[in-house]
Amino acid sequence: MDDHLRALEHESIYVLREAFGKIQRLGMLWSIGKDSTVLMWLARKAFFGHVPFPLVHIDTTYKIPSMIEYRDRVVREWGLQLVVGRNDAALAAGATFPNGRLSRVECCSLLKTDALRGVIDRHGFTGLIVGVRRDEEPTRAKERYFSPRDETMAWDVADQPPEFWNQFKTDFAPGTHVRIHPLLHWTELDVWTYIARESIPVIPLYFDDGTGQRYRSLGCAPCTGRIASTARTVPEIVAELRATTAPERAGRAQDQESEAAFEQLRRDGYM
Amino acid sequence: MGEPAERLEGRHVAADGSAAAARLRLVIVGHVDHGKSTLIGRLLYDTGSLPDGKYEQLVAVAARRGVPFEFANVTDALQAERDQNVTIDTTQIGFRTARRPCVLIDAPGHKEFLKNMVTGAAGADAAIVVVDAHDGVREQSRRHALLLKLLGIGQVAVAVNKMDLAGFDAGLFDRVAAEYTAFLATLGLTPVAVVPVSARDGDNVAGPSGRMPWYGGPTIADVIDGFTVPGPAAGGPLRLAVQAIYRFDRRRIVAGRLESGTLRVGDRLLFLPSGKQSRVRSIEEWSAPVRHAATAGETVGLTLTDELFLGRGEVACTLEDTPSRTARFSARLFWLGRRPFVAGQRYTFKLATQEFTGEAVTLSAAVDASTLEPVAGMETPQLAAGEIGEVTIRTHRPVVVDPYGRVPALGRFVVQDGLEVCGGGIVLESDEPAAAMAPVAAHLTRSHGLVSREAREARLGHRGAVVWFTGLSGAGKSTLARALERELFARGRQVCVLDGDNVRLGLNADLGFSDEDRAENIRRVAEVARLFAEQGTIVITAFISPFRSDRLRARAILQRDGLDLPFVEVYLSTPLEVCATRDPKQLYARARAGEIPAFTGVSAPFEPPDQAELVLDTSRRSPEEATLELAGYLEPRIEIR
Repeated sequence: MDDHLRALEHESIYVLREAFGKIQRLGMLWSIGKDSTVLMWLARKAFFGHVPFPLVHIDTTYKIPSMIEYRDRVVREWGLQLVVGRNDAALAAGATFPNGRLSRVECCSLLKTDALRGVIDRHGFTGLIVGVRRDEEPTRAKERYFSPRDETMAWDVADQPPEFWNQFKTDFAPGTHVRIHPLLHWTELDVWTYIARESIPVIPLYFDDGTGQRYRSLGCAPCTGRIASTARTVPEIVAELRATTAPERAGRAQDQESEAAFEQLRRDGYM
Repeated sequence: MGEPAERLEGRHVAADGSAAAARLRLVIVGHVDHGKSTLIGRLLYDTGSLPDGKYEQLVAVAARRGVPFEFANVTDALQAERDQNVTIDTTQIGFRTARRPCVLIDAPGHKEFLKNMVTGAAGADAAIVVVDAHDGVREQSRRHALLLKLLGIGQVAVAVNKMDLAGFDAGLFDRVAAEYTAFLATLGLTPVAVVPVSARDGDNVAGPSGRMPWYGGPTIADVIDGFTVPGPAAGGPLRLAVQAIYRFDRRRIVAGRLESGTLRVGDRLLFLPSGKQSRVRSIEEWSAPVRHAATAGETVGLTLTDELFLGRGEVACTLEDTPSRTARFSARLFWLGRRPFVAGQRYTFKLATQEFTGEAVTLSAAVDASTLEPVAGMETPQLAAGEIGEVTIRTHRPVVVDPYGRVPALGRFVVQDGLEVCGGGIVLESDEPAAAMAPVAAHLTRSHGLVSREAREARLGHRGAVVWFTGLSGAGKSTLARALERELFARGRQVCVLDGDNVRLGLNADLGFSDEDRAENIRRVAEVARLFAEQGTIVITAFISPFRSDRLRARAILQRDGLDLPFVEVYLSTPLEVCATRDPKQLYARARAGEIPAFTGVSAPFEPPDQAELVLDTSRRSPEEATLELAGYLEPRIEIR
């Protein structure tokens, strides 16, 4: 084992294989972003070129349009199984933040968390692989590799199972599901360094398109801002991240609404 | 699946060749309110590791809430943690010293959150224990050190905190340092440094303090830079824990993690507990150059030169250096569960990729409950949360273990009570490699008689042997066993039959038909067969013996201590329909009517052997033919050498 990135890669592969072996109905959330794209790459490493479970995309219909084009193209070219979750009732009622009817956090709760709940119910998933990382924000720092969610999808953060020595909680009461976080110990810089090393294709939104701006974190168009950056290649992003002290999700408006708003979103089942 | 990466707009770049510096994982532990989170917050602030605006944001939040700013709020992310100023869950946060990147792990100090402390600490390379100068050495200061020792974390430093509230008193510092260092010594831990600090004000945290001129030692940052990051055990004995068997693209791939050692294409591997052997044909990896070797810490996919039936939980090793295959091992155990750990109660254990049931047949406290100092041999019926004990675990199946000190990954396990992980332990010692089962009592010595085996064989004119029939009820085991006994007896051989029902009427009258009882039934029969065979008798056994592992154990029992008598496994492969039609004891009819639970072939599994010496289908042969074939096979094998 030569270096830190390879150690992370192998740990993630181990977790993915544990999930595949232990969880009956498994799906993998794919947000089109860099993290879940790296996750998909690791799944192909774990399963020798295959992704042996469906990918789940939660479509709020407010995503940056090129994300959906990119998603459909990758699914076609890589022969992936895709499941799309959408809260059609909320969208039909026009109950969203961009319509001015809800706060950002309420909108996330309806269009993402509730849509996710619908997909879980419809497909009977008992496990979802999610690309969250500890360094993204403080409540994610308290996650486990295998993190149980109860019948209502709630996360009991104060009473989580112990997890050590690579032994994970894989036995669950009926009606509950588990979130699996193979990238938990990766940092944003690790992700980009790995993308560079493996030549993993990523959506071009991460690069400066000539306007002197790029996305550092991807989400819904109305709530996601770009950062000033002239990085046009993966190595330029790596160099930029080595120098920056600005937080990754600074451009994600829903995180900033109130001190505990994001914690509440995550307790309720947000990814 | 093709390789469409080139067609997507991936930005192909040269891989970043610079190997990142090894990341130190450092856990901060100690009694509640002694200032662990504050120390972390201060370290992050003083080394410029906080994200932009984080400090100002937390100061503003504190002002809005009308409470003083606390550095602990940097890591106490949960509302409840900020409200109560107590860390509930473990958290991890990246940070950089001048020397290298680190991950700081904040572990809760409150007794109630011990499982979260263990979760945080188990993955650490090194630890700093925070002790409040004024409050002194408290219960969790001691308990956390005990757990660090058990979790295998030997690099420890001590921060004596809140020196500002103690008037920077050198005498007080010396007393606390001496008391705690003495306690650590009872555990065999020696701290690399004991540092007087004020985490709140930053004294001796990232830089030296002007307020404690009497202290000339390292700061916390110096201590952190002095810790080493241990690498994986590439030089240790080869151990590959099999995680799964995959069939992708018509390849049968054994997937697992190399927990120790180095593996190369062409290596001969022994898989335990099954005892199967094969060679490594290839190391498979997707989107990577062809590889001929793998080292500890890597997850690998292997193809083998033989089509073995293997499952999750097997451990591959070399023939020269094997782990123990045993049903009994001693361990040190820590308990975290709400319900106590009880001796004699059945629990599920997870060790590497093995999962098995077992119970403690002996249990003693390893630590005095009040002083938390190590004690020896105080028998106890149970362990409560936070307690540490020494146990002898008896498992219901042979398992594969190494002592923790030799191969950590195969010497540590977690204990599950119901659906929950409630404890963990490390293996202290186990049986000799591949032994069948160790005796309950210690201090036993095998005695040897004055009549040698050679002398007995010379008188009888042949060697002892075991002929082990296995097969469904009605396959013809008893019939053939009796016929073979009569044939061999007629040829002047010393021979006997151990029959299933007869043994269960006497020796094994206490056993039922659960998996555990079936295993024990077979173990006893194998031991009896060994005793007879050692005296020169040809022992014929007629038991369904449905489980492969039990038959392997029977074989191991006969071959224990280098005894080299023939063990002939005869699989009667007579089809189930034929057996059910014969049904000499009317058992199939009763089983199908639900009168006999767990009846092999109907409501309980039969695992056919894949390496039996002989396979006979009695629906295709007369008993006479089969008997002569068996006797013919046996004769050359029992000749005196």
